[in-house]
Amino acid sequence: MTAVMETAGLGKQYGKRWALHDCSLAIPEGKVVGLVGPNGAGKTTLLQLAAGLLTPTAGTIEVLGGHPGSGPEQLGRVGFVAQDTPAYSRMSVSQHLRMGALLNSHWDDELAFRRIEALDIDPRQRAGSLSGGQRAQLALTLAIAKRPEVLLLDEPVASLDPLARREFLQVLMEVVAEHGVSVVLSSHLVADLERVCDYLVVLVASHIQVADDVAELLATHHRISGPRRDSRSLPADQHVIEESHTDRQTTLLIRTEQPILDPAWTTRPVTLEDIVLAYMGQARDQERARKSGLGVLR
Amino acid sequence: MMRFAWLQFRNQAAVVFGGLAVVAVILAITGPHLVHLYDTTVATCAAHGNCSTATSVFLKNDHTLQILFDALVVVVPGIIGVFWGAPLVARELESGTFRLVWTQSVTRTRWIVLKLGVVGLASIVAAGLLGLMVTWWSSPMDRANASMYTAFDQRDLVPLGYAAFAFVLGVLCGVLIRRTLPAMGTTLVAFVATRLLVNHFVLPKLIAPTQRSFALNGVTVQGFGQMNGGPFTLFPANPNIPNAWFYSTQFVDRAGHPLSTQVLTSACPLLESGPGPSAPAGGGVESAVPAPGAGSALHDCIAKLAATYHEVVAFQPASRYWSFQWCELAIYLGVAVVLAGTCIWWVRRRLS
Repeated sequence: MTAVMETAGLGKQYGKRWALHDCSLAIPEGKVVGLVGPNGAGKTTLLQLAAGLLTPTAGTIEVLGGHPGSGPEQLGRVGFVAQDTPAYSRMSVSQHLRMGALLNSHWDDELAFRRIEALDIDPRQRAGSLSGGQRAQLALTLAIAKRPEVLLLDEPVASLDPLARREFLQVLMEVVAEHGVSVVLSSHLVADLERVCDYLVVLVASHIQVADDVAELLATHHRISGPRRDSRSLPADQHVIEESHTDRQTTLLIRTEQPILDPAWTTRPVTLEDIVLAYMGQARDQERARKSGLGVLR
Repeated sequence: MMRFAWLQFRNQAAVVFGGLAVVAVILAITGPHLVHLYDTTVATCAAHGNCSTATSVFLKNDHTLQILFDALVVVVPGIIGVFWGAPLVARELESGTFRLVWTQSVTRTRWIVLKLGVVGLASIVAAGLLGLMVTWWSSPMDRANASMYTAFDQRDLVPLGYAAFAFVLGVLCGVLIRRTLPAMGTTLVAFVATRLLVNHFVLPKLIAPTQRSFALNGVTVQGFGQMNGGPFTLFPANPNIPNAWFYSTQFVDRAGHPLSTQVLTSACPLLESGPGPSAPAGGGVESAVPAPGAGSALHDCIAKLAATYHEVVAFQPASRYWSFQWCELAIYLGVAVVLAGTCIWWVRRRLS
């Protein structure tokens, strides 16, 4: 299976700060990948590295087996919708489509105009006077009509109202179904991604916490509760992601490939949101431990 | 990509080239009249006798237009740098649209090269056309003035060099500063500073001036007196060399030492003690009215000094005008090419 995106030890540094650090990842082709993490986690950096807008400080990144931004061919294979969906405010919608036609060799003009028409946007309207939702749709249209093999979307729905958000994701899913492109889209909200993604990457504090198929994540994560006990006494194949204790009871979110045999535990299924939040919490705890560790050393 | 660069640029181009067309119409209407006037007055003045009157009368024609067009040729390159150059990349960076355009199937290098090429070429054409039109229009006046270096930077080729430089300077400021308004301001300041520095410190040193000697006599001595309270001295007159660019004129002896106040007062005691010195017209000179007797004192003085002193003039002759034009054009175009290379490199490597 070819990877739509493959990174090894990938890092991007701004001044002293690493926006993305030691990121190794292999995302299989044909998926709708959710890239989730809190604001400032490095999602935008990762997507811009994949689009060729940024060059890595460390490590390597390959998209569809090619070097991002290396040439017109590679640029044509990747559709990118940037955060806040920038557009030339003084250019009309049809001029934007003209831009797409002039700058992309595989441009599908008929598809572009059909989509704009279906969205009920006047092609003569200036991009500056479009609503946020319409501008996002224009950006998506531009990215799709260049006929890419992979679509990268950076927080495409973050600035949209709930209705526009749902519409946008619906259109995106139609496109995926129709053209079979791979998609990587980022969001800081799991709820946005839950309905559309079949693969999830959790990125927290410039590090990849987990990356796997959604079905696999749901199958291997369990919330178990039982009489209070030390989480270190669990079998070796059960990895604790999140734990909470009361005087009498212990509740854990664990990852395991094996069935849970201990009859003391009550097992409950988890939602994707539970899993993501658990990983985010784990990353936060690790970060705190690292900082307080430094404090002790100092 | 070329057509897209044009698509984005055509409105701005329409404004400038539209303005240029208006200027061209005004020049075309008024120009032939000036040529006719020149041909009938100044060109034939030698036959009628009084050339200086004919010239000064002729030069009063369309004087306001002349000032206006000369000013336009001077400011247009600056306008191009500020309004075409500075926003070219800065606006893309500021509004985030670079993320849109740099992810189309055109490499960033190609994008910046063609942007620089299309708008840069338009800058050169606009400023070049304006410069040449004004040069043509002014040619009767310039011939009558016989001082071609005075309007040097508003004539012939150099305006297009300024425009090329100003444009690329603007683009580079935008690339480095990444904000449109500060980039525009910086462009203006840097452009004006460069023009002044080159005018005052580079251009005069490009070619060593020609030296020529003239006898000290009633023609080369314009008068005597004190300039702005300085030492008592004889004022040298610029010799009549048409279209020359004068660097300096002074009286020196055979060894090359300039005429000192001591030598002057000891040779001509009557001049200083005389009832009033004679001096050239113009500001900064004390007591400019020659008193009776002063004329003959000056005459005696010149006769005494002429044996040992002569006038030395350092100047650029008219024949070097085109050398200066080509040299300055080459300097500005050369710098523009270097700056353009820096822009391309910066967009490729540093903005990522």
